[in-house]
Amino acid sequence: MTASTAEQTSSSGSKGSEPPVPEGAITVTVKIRRFNTEFDDEPRWDSFEIPALPSDRVLNLLHYVKWYLDGTLTFRRSCAHGICGSDAMRINGVNRLACKVLLKDLLSAGGKPTTITIEPIKGLPVHKDLLVDMEPFFEAFRAVQPYLINYSPEPTRERLQSAADRERFDDTTKCILCACCTTSCPVYWTDGSYFGPAAIVNAHRFIFDSRDEGAEERLDILSDKEGVWRCRTTFNCTDACPRGIQVTKAIQEVKRALLFKRV
Amino acid sequence: MQFHKYDVVIIGAGGAGMRAAIESGQRARTAVLTKLYPTRSHTGAAQGGMCAALANVEEDNWEWHTFDTIKGGDYLVDQDAAEIMAKEAIDAVLDLEKMGLPFNRTPEGKIDQRRFGGHTRNHGEAAVRRACYAADRTGHMILQTLYQNCVKHGIEFFNEFYVLDICMTETADGPVCTGAVAYELATGEIHVFHAKSVIFATGGFGKVFKTTSNAHTLTGDGMGIVFRKGLPLEDMEFYQFHPTGLAGLGILLTEGARGEGAILRNADGERFMERYAPTIKDLAPRDIVARSMALEVLEGRGAGPNKDYVLLDCTHLGAEVLETKLPDITEFARTYLAVDPVTEPVPVYPTAHYAMGGIPTNVHGEVLRDNDHVVPGLYAAGECACVSVHGANRLGTNSLLDINVFGRRAGIAAAEYALAHDHVDLPENPAAVVEAQVALVLSEHGHERVADIRIALQATMDANASVYRTEDTLKQALHDVQALKERYARITVQDKGKRFNTDLLEAVELGFLLELAEVLVVGALARKESRGGHAREDYPTRDDTNFMRHSMYYKQGEALSADIRLDYKPVTFTRYQPMERKY
Ligand SMILES: Cc1cc2nc3c(=O)[nH]c(=O)nc-3n(C[C@H](O)[C@H](O)[C@H](O)COP(=O)(O)OP(=O)(O)OC[C@H]3O[C@@H](n4cnc5c(N)ncnc54)[C@H](O)[C@@H]3O)c2cc1C
Ligand code: SF4
Ligand code: SF4
Ligand code: FES
Repeated sequence: MTASTAEQTSSSGSKGSEPPVPEGAITVTVKIRRFNTEFDDEPRWDSFEIPALPSDRVLNLLHYVKWYLDGTLTFRRSCAHGICGSDAMRINGVNRLACKVLLKDLLSAGGKPTTITIEPIKGLPVHKDLLVDMEPFFEAFRAVQPYLINYSPEPTRERLQSAADRERFDDTTKCILCACCTTSCPVYWTDGSYFGPAAIVNAHRFIFDSRDEGAEERLDILSDKEGVWRCRTTFNCTDACPRGIQVTKAIQEVKRALLFKRV
Repeated sequence: MQFHKYDVVIIGAGGAGMRAAIESGQRARTAVLTKLYPTRSHTGAAQGGMCAALANVEEDNWEWHTFDTIKGGDYLVDQDAAEIMAKEAIDAVLDLEKMGLPFNRTPEGKIDQRRFGGHTRNHGEAAVRRACYAADRTGHMILQTLYQNCVKHGIEFFNEFYVLDICMTETADGPVCTGAVAYELATGEIHVFHAKSVIFATGGFGKVFKTTSNAHTLTGDGMGIVFRKGLPLEDMEFYQFHPTGLAGLGILLTEGARGEGAILRNADGERFMERYAPTIKDLAPRDIVARSMALEVLEGRGAGPNKDYVLLDCTHLGAEVLETKLPDITEFARTYLAVDPVTEPVPVYPTAHYAMGGIPTNVHGEVLRDNDHVVPGLYAAGECACVSVHGANRLGTNSLLDINVFGRRAGIAAAEYALAHDHVDLPENPAAVVEAQVALVLSEHGHERVADIRIALQATMDANASVYRTEDTLKQALHDVQALKERYARITVQDKGKRFNTDLLEAVELGFLLELAEVLVVGALARKESRGGHAREDYPTRDDTNFMRHSMYYKQGEALSADIRLDYKPVTFTRYQPMERKY
């Protein structure tokens, strides 16, 4: 193995300029909703022209802007592959994780110039650009007692659970608390005191867990006026979920459990 | 500036931090400071499993697990610690189940188990089913379950607080840790947390490499902070490259895939692991598989237009197994490479994955100040710590185990220490270092761009300090890193604001990465042997005479460019004598 020098491996010396454009790149326009509550009176739109590969994630485009064009652009991100739930945003009008949408799926037909519009998720207060206040969202999550409740004496080994019982709530265990669903819900937009689909998904995860004994308490909380009955079954939340969770179905199952008082 | 007073302060809310918090929070007044919302921590990305000799599906015991861990770590493991981990593994898994973790189940309703690399029956006879799992989302379930239980116990979190320094007070008995200093993302305010004990649980530093399974936020802050305080780091040259990252991207495909029967093939379709590890083949430990893959590519048997990757063949597993036991990685391959594992083999290549080294601790999580003394009040657990249970190479599923066993131990030890001691006064101007650091980054003193330096660092580390290393490549890396440190002194950031200034924090994080990259390279240069994850082409064999010992690095001064002093620490042996590692 031979040593690669810094010249071969780095873009050193490119002070103030942009990095080399990779082969096969196309130029796209990224239009971003900007709002820095520290300095700005009102939001505005900024547009950037970016060279990008069809295989790039939208998150790569945002990084390009932040790293080479405008360091003040602010958003959250961590894992970059759809697992941590940090980067929910409205991309071309729909809620998505920026790290899970590839440019090739956003390109205009027939080689026409592409513009990608990126806004913060709706219904939570904007702090800065694409970064919103997540506290109200997590508060609703915490309100549904999202933890296993079991009053029976603990066995020495594991609690037994059949594969079928485990399967019963599998779908809702996948939630990464990204808020794509809740912030696409028209009811949540007009009434922020509605728990929102994500909280109900997480209640569902325990209500239908055969090891759990807290269903009644949780159902009580959810039958409250801010609870499940607000849902108008519009399926926005299901369409938005990056984990493919059948959110509306889960909400329906909770409603049914409330009506028939059994899970 | 704001002051806070707690018994215990935990830095980090991944698996290790929250497992510690659940123990500490029930015993003493505890605050958890975390730069990410807890559920964003990278523990959530872990896929394949957490091992424990439950013997739910076949005969197994903790002694076999101990042996596998030690052999897997190429005998650099401290054997007393490995034994504790393997013994406590069983309760660690059962505790999580009782907290609500939805493990996959056997037909009898017990926790199901599957095979994983390097885990064997009776000291290497054959692969054993030891990994407890929840599909390929085990880490996600652990992170969620621990967060759920923190909510249940009312644990106090300070989210999006970046800890950038700790407080050390000199006493008659030596230095004592008395708190932590954090930068609040939302406001730009600096907070001093006065505490009796402080636990680091800040995770790894995979972002020193370009191709990595690690999150953007894994920048080794905790290790960097400790190192800057003049405290040692241990075994940093041992960095694990996971065999199966999506080629070109680094996104991980769990070893659980091979545990379920997937096979690695070269361009000729050959199952090449049969040549390198005749007994357990594709389920050999990661260092061996990663090197075998790199050799296949170097020798021209790589697949693809540039012959620069190999193939993970899952096609014979069938859609059913892929969709139910490996759904997430199936989706990753489809989303990010447009390859469907049900019908096509997936392009894979080793990806920088896990730090075996870190902040040296004993089995109670107490941080060492040298080979023989601890720093009272300072603890570390999880990937940022080095106990050392992983030695020169960690076995798959042993990290999720480590964070639970040693997270719990550190939480208990820190709380008990806090209950038995009074607050020691903070040093004078406890926030001075952080204030100066923030002011320096925000001031105008050059034109270097943070992204350029970070990308150059990652490129040289990938090219010169990854799966295979030589004197020449490592010298090149050292030269590059030192030059980049010099450029770092002239960085500038565009965002000068106080609210949510991630531009500023990316610059600070880069400082930690540069620091740790240099330690890694210095250690790799000095270790003139090949052992576990550290493979020197110019010294291809293990040298127990000269190198059967842990490396300990100390920073000699405050400047970023300060020299690094290298020392050694003996390995603890109990019952296993080093043997040649064959699988
Ligand atoms: C893709 C992937 C798959 C894996 N699969 C497995 C597996 O199947 N089995 C297994 O055993 N292991 C696996 N691992 C390894 C294992 O997941 C990790 O080593 C482990 O989860 C690390 O946990 P942690 O708690 O130490 O750190 P993390 O979970 O990374 O948490 C770090 C925490 O520290 C906080 N933090 C960091 N810096 C600061 C700062 N300056 N101030 C405040 N807070 C800070 C962060 O906010 C975060 O909360 C995998 C790893 C990866 C990347
Ligand atoms: S289905 Fe219910 S929760 Fe989901 S978006 Fe519609 S109203 Fe909201
Ligand atoms: S249900 Fe889906 S969209 Fe809603 S928070 Fe969970 S993962 Fe996100
Ligand atoms: S960055 Fe983690 S989900 Fe997108």
